[in-house]
Amino acid sequence: MIEIGLGHYLTLAAIIFTIGIIGIFLNRKNIIIILMSIELILLAVNINLVSFSIYLQNLVGQVFAMFILTVAAAEAAVGLAIIVIYYKNKGSISVEHIDSLKG
Amino acid sequence: MLAHSLFFYFFSTIAVFSATMVTISRNTIYSVFFLILVFVSVSILFIMIGAEFLGMIMLIVYVGAVAVLFLFVVMMLNISEQERKQPDRKGFINNISVGLIVGAIIFLELLVVIGGWKYKGNFIPLSEANLDVNYSNTHALGNVLYTDYIHLFQIAGMILLVAMIGAITLTFRKRENVKRQSYFAQIQREKDSAVSLVEVESGKGVKLDD
Repeated sequence: MIEIGLGHYLTLAAIIFTIGIIGIFLNRKNIIIILMSIELILLAVNINLVSFSIYLQNLVGQVFAMFILTVAAAEAAVGLAIIVIYYKNKGSISVEHIDSLKG
Repeated sequence: MLAHSLFFYFFSTIAVFSATMVTISRNTIYSVFFLILVFVSVSILFIMIGAEFLGMIMLIVYVGAVAVLFLFVVMMLNISEQERKQPDRKGFINNISVGLIVGAIIFLELLVVIGGWKYKGNFIPLSEANLDVNYSNTHALGNVLYTDYIHLFQIAGMILLVAMIGAITLTFRKRENVKRQSYFAQIQREKDSAVSLVEVESGKGVKLDD
């Protein structure tokens, strides 16, 4: 318990990842919270990469974590832009109402 | 070592608690603030284990840019009124069982993977980019990022550019009844169409057409 090793960080990442997954399932009212859950999932992946990078003494994990950071920022920007135009057209961002495709 | 574990448990508890609050909070603004708290505590953890540059970049990119973007969108969309219109949490109750089952399965799978790490084969280093105690983290990362991974770095820049153009074109709209500046009309304007000489008779003045 006292000695903090790789397993602790991986467990933390697993917990945050799971919370993100559950968040996607729970929120039927607000699509913004779904985007935030996706950010949480990407954050958990970053924790994994960085802790492995430190543990294995190899920098490539941190380089890759930076690229994930870039993709996460781009994804948030485009996703929020889509949400804004959707709200402008339909006047609602409730997930239950986004069923025009009847999929 | 004791201090390290104390700090780890402190910040990871905050991170897990606020990640939970992001998903179950009723107010979207509170969710965004808890998201900021998650990012801050995780970046502190990154700094603690020796990835200082990435921790700082996380602070700048996530807290400074992404979370503020979320806040702007939440402010623009008038969500509080919408939540007042449908205050029931029917979907929440319906989906919590499926969500918890899927989440528990994924969590168990991840725990199995973490437990199985003990029995991994021999690790083969993919590259020579090893951590060196003589350099700082930023120095070492820069050495790798701008040499071996320069193409990936530039592709990341292209991704950001495409995302920026995409966001602008998605949210751009032409307003009606608004006079817009036309650069071509301005540049193509010549003296003949703009200026004319008028003979003015004394005492009469000039009558302008428009």
